[in-house]
Amino acid sequence: MGYMDTQCAGPLDTPFVMGGETFRSRLLVGTGKYRDFAQTRDAIEASGAQIVTVAIRRTNIGQEAGQPNLLEVIDPRRYTILPNTAGCYSAMEAVRTLRLGRELLDGHDLVKLEVLGSKETLFPNMPETLKAAEILVRDGFRVMVYCSDDPVQARMLEEIGCVAIMPLASLIGSGMGILNPWNLRIIIDQARVPVIVDAGVGTASDAAIAMELGCDGVLMNTAIAAAGDPVRMALAMRQGVEAGRNAFLAGRMPRREYQASPSSPAEGLLG
Amino acid sequence: MSGVAIRLNGEPRALPGPWAIADLIDDLGFTGKRIAVEVNGQIVPRSHYGEIRLAADDRVEVVVAVGGG
Repeated sequence: MGYMDTQCAGPLDTPFVMGGETFRSRLLVGTGKYRDFAQTRDAIEASGAQIVTVAIRRTNIGQEAGQPNLLEVIDPRRYTILPNTAGCYSAMEAVRTLRLGRELLDGHDLVKLEVLGSKETLFPNMPETLKAAEILVRDGFRVMVYCSDDPVQARMLEEIGCVAIMPLASLIGSGMGILNPWNLRIIIDQARVPVIVDAGVGTASDAAIAMELGCDGVLMNTAIAAAGDPVRMALAMRQGVEAGRNAFLAGRMPRREYQASPSSPAEGLLG
Repeated sequence: MSGVAIRLNGEPRALPGPWAIADLIDDLGFTGKRIAVEVNGQIVPRSHYGEIRLAADDRVEVVVAVGGG
């Protein structure tokens, strides 16, 4: 294969390697808040995502028997299922949840760790996140970790052995976009593992901005599920991530803040 | 045979006897479904569902994957 990738008819990208696995899509999506399983399936299909997050919850005894199960709709043989610890407020709850997730997925050990510290903002509790990450890495998990956009703690998580650092761009489910690109840039510049913006993306341009900053990927749920037409937004997000990635790889033109530069020749104007 | 009172997903539940975990799973309609089971805080591998019998006051959790981000 040459300069042009036959699949997307664009220049080749470097492979997206995380936790020893190579992925084609840099868009990771959640499965919450959809109208029904059919919409979940169609949106995920349109997003082109290969990594799909799920939550682990108690079965609704007496109500669910015979009802379809999410993993019958989102087939673990086709997608990399990423169990999360959404709703966990301590390291031990998160570790327990992911051990159950690993059992549920036949030993699959790529997981999304998040330990929350505030019910209003869903900001991470970083001391508990660091504690949980240590236990999980020691236990053989490959940990992708939701975290604050603090470069120092991001580095601590990398040193513990997390396979991806996933800072928030703004609050979970807020759709407020990339609020602190400068911190994200510092985290990206120093990291030797993939950096994935997790949380806060609201629309396709936000995803593109995250990728233009040099993020390795973007993880989102509400921006797709709460859109007017989730399946179309899933496609827009796919394109936004690809556009942002290509713009990053291409290298944008330098900004000329005080001087315009015409695109058309200045010579040969009609006298 | 006397009944066995356990807690299932935080709720009291009376079993007719010292059921194996497999019996409970079957009764719940989850046989062959993707679930994970924890008894008294310990994960029970699927291959052990037939062997482990539930005793009085056991705390049993049965979990599934649901939509989440």
